[in-house]
Amino acid sequence: MKCAVLFSGGKDSVYATYIAKKSGHKISCLISIFSENPESYMFHTPSITKVEKQAEAMKTPLLIQKTKGEKEKELKDLKSAIKKAIEKYKIEAVVTGAVESAYQASRVQKICNDLDIECFNPLWQKNQLELLKDLIKNNFEIVITGVFAYPLDESWLGKKIDGDFIERIKELYEKYEINIAGEGGETESFVLNCPLFEREIVIADKEISGKNNSWKMEIEVR
Amino acid sequence: MILIIKICKDSLHDPEFVKPIEDVLKRNNIDFNTVHYREITEDSFENIDRIIISGTSLKDNKFLEDLELFNWIKECKKPILGICGGMHILGLMFNGELMKISEIGLTDVFIEKKYLEIQGKKQEYDLHNFFVKSDDFEVFGTSKSCAQATKHKQKPFYGVLFHPEVRSKDLIVNFTKL
Repeated sequence: MKCAVLFSGGKDSVYATYIAKKSGHKISCLISIFSENPESYMFHTPSITKVEKQAEAMKTPLLIQKTKGEKEKELKDLKSAIKKAIEKYKIEAVVTGAVESAYQASRVQKICNDLDIECFNPLWQKNQLELLKDLIKNNFEIVITGVFAYPLDESWLGKKIDGDFIERIKELYEKYEINIAGEGGETESFVLNCPLFEREIVIADKEISGKNNSWKMEIEVR
Repeated sequence: MILIIKICKDSLHDPEFVKPIEDVLKRNNIDFNTVHYREITEDSFENIDRIIISGTSLKDNKFLEDLELFNWIKECKKPILGICGGMHILGLMFNGELMKISEIGLTDVFIEKKYLEIQGKKQEYDLHNFFVKSDDFEVFGTSKSCAQATKHKQKPFYGVLFHPEVRSKDLIVNFTKL
């Protein structure tokens, strides 16, 4: 089936792309939504402009849709992006990296249902620890680009997701109920390399901003 | 031992509609086997004491063309839990009729009478364009649109239209302890 992936450049959407491709589907395009609202209900915002480099590394067309990020307008913009993918790339299905959020998953399901195309959510309800371990096992190189919950702080920015990361975040999960894979918006990530990429993406520059338990690392990549 | 019968046409839907059920059983140390409905043989039921029939995606209605492959249900003596598409199949085996009603996303469900140890009002995750009406089933729970939790009037066959693997994992565990 020809698929479009709702693509943020973070670990979940890239891993969902990997699973869809591995199961024999064609990834015809990636759809990225650039929200002007940093508090967007639907879309992952940090480092999203860097997805162009990831799409290049995957040799996959990227369809970009801008949105002001107002709650219902975001969904109209998403629907119009999916419509464009149907017209331009003849897609028959949308793939998402939704794990826990019924809000996000059901909005996309409704849009696909309206447009009469399939919707695949291969990470749906996946155990958080299992997800992180799968990413490491499948050689995903992922960097943390945002932290948004106590007791996470600036020191977590730029960390790679590896065995040591899993151990540290597991401790925090047990103590503070931090969601291990960051699905509740506790962390944001960016994939630098994985089996889908023809070349590794390198961080050329970074700028850190934030305070207390809310920090972001804007990166320039090449 | 539980037999999970998956009904997804495309295996990329298995992680979404089958694996979450398997994970609930795994976390509760409950043994299971999973088989696709097209691959069921007599051996599939060996050492099995309960059966769960999964759901599938909104656009996947292939199983409705293959209903003759579910005729074994009519003679089955073991408890069955049908989830969404699995509930449709149960109803259709017993003079049911499919009717078009869509509910997508979190839905208020009211379980009026105790049903697999669950009762009261709860938000459940729904993902369907149809529901099944069968007079052979008693309704235990409803949303504002249709029946959400039913049980066959004579047999230990349970049908839920919502996906308990998302918000009511206990319901699946309670079914395994019947």
